Amino acid sequence: MQDAERERQRRQRMRSIAIAWILAALVVLFFIVTIVRLGGNVADRAL
Amino acid sequence: MADAAISVTAATAEAGAGGDIADYVALMKPRVMFLVVFTALVGLVAAPVALHPVLAVASLICIAAGAGAAGALNMWYDADIDAAMARTAARPVPRGRVTADEARSFGAVLAVGSVICLGVMANWLAAALLAITIGFYLFIYTMWLKRTTPQNIVIGGAAGAVPPMIGWAAATGGVSLEAFVLFLIIFVWTPPHFWALALLRTRDYAKAGVPMLPVVAGADATRAQILIYSLILAPLGMAPAVIGLGGALYTATAAVLGALFVAVAIDCYRKREGEEADRAAKNLFGYSVLYLFLLFAVLLVEQGFGIDGGSLPSLWAM
Repeated sequence: MQDAERERQRRQRMRSIAIAWILAALVVLFFIVTIVRLGGNVADRAL
Repeated sequence: MADAAISVTAATAEAGAGGDIADYVALMKPRVMFLVVFTALVGLVAAPVALHPVLAVASLICIAAGAGAAGALNMWYDADIDAAMARTAARPVPRGRVTADEARSFGAVLAVGSVICLGVMANWLAAALLAITIGFYLFIYTMWLKRTTPQNIVIGGAAGAVPPMIGWAAATGGVSLEAFVLFLIIFVWTPPHFWALALLRTRDYAKAGVPMLPVVAGADATRAQILIYSLILAPLGMAPAVIGLGGALYTATAAVLGALFVAVAIDCYRKREGEEADRAAKNLFGYSVLYLFLLFAVLLVEQGFGIDGGSLPSLWAM
């Protein structure tokens, strides 16, 4: 029973780590996509 | 039906289900996902407007996630069918590694997330096409057609045929004849591909109560239908060359691959008994995967690397 609980906790921890990595990757992806979509337009804007 | 899906896993949920990462990857049907991403990539590359590489990769990630969502939602709803079939009994939900509720939540989050991300990163037409594809696969194919009609994979095949259009729409913001031709090729390819598999799994489908064509109409009628669709697919595979999307390399490849497809389908039509028949159906199933992969790979090479020996329209104009 303890082994089953330990295994359940291990899987849960792995899932949590995977979700954290995916969220971090999404943040990076959104940042890069934003830069690409903005292009040189930031520099060209009216001040 | 969803109740049945839930009951399959209710017992195992108590045993502490909640799979590991590999189970969630399996929920997304990675092999189907690969074909979806690959055909979407071809649509993206073949489009006349070049998308920034970062946006192209981001779009493909969203499309992959959308395909994964459709797979997970399908495994949630079809858990009862999957449990009854040898081919699918080891999937995460019937095996009790992931509960039906977990699969549904995972699929729903992926579906909504992928559509919103594609809309923001590419455009909202591509996002709408992705949403329609996921919805069509879940509500029209999985929930309705699969359990009610032998034409299930003919109509339902439309969902698997849309990815090149999504790729094209992500690049251009629109959908054109070229994208529709790529859709049509996959749409007509799907029935012979799945019916070849169904011929090998007829008992499984009958046991699970899925009205696949071999179960309802018999193996011989299925072989005849496979041959008819193959005879339509072979010339249809040449269509990109006719409209100028494919060049000389594509034209030659499509002609050879199409002729081989018909030859393999004829072999399957003729061999109707015993191991010989099974081998012919297996050959057709394997070849159908190779056919679609090579056809789109040649388009990718021609369009992506600018290798073009002259398209048919340009040759005619000479």
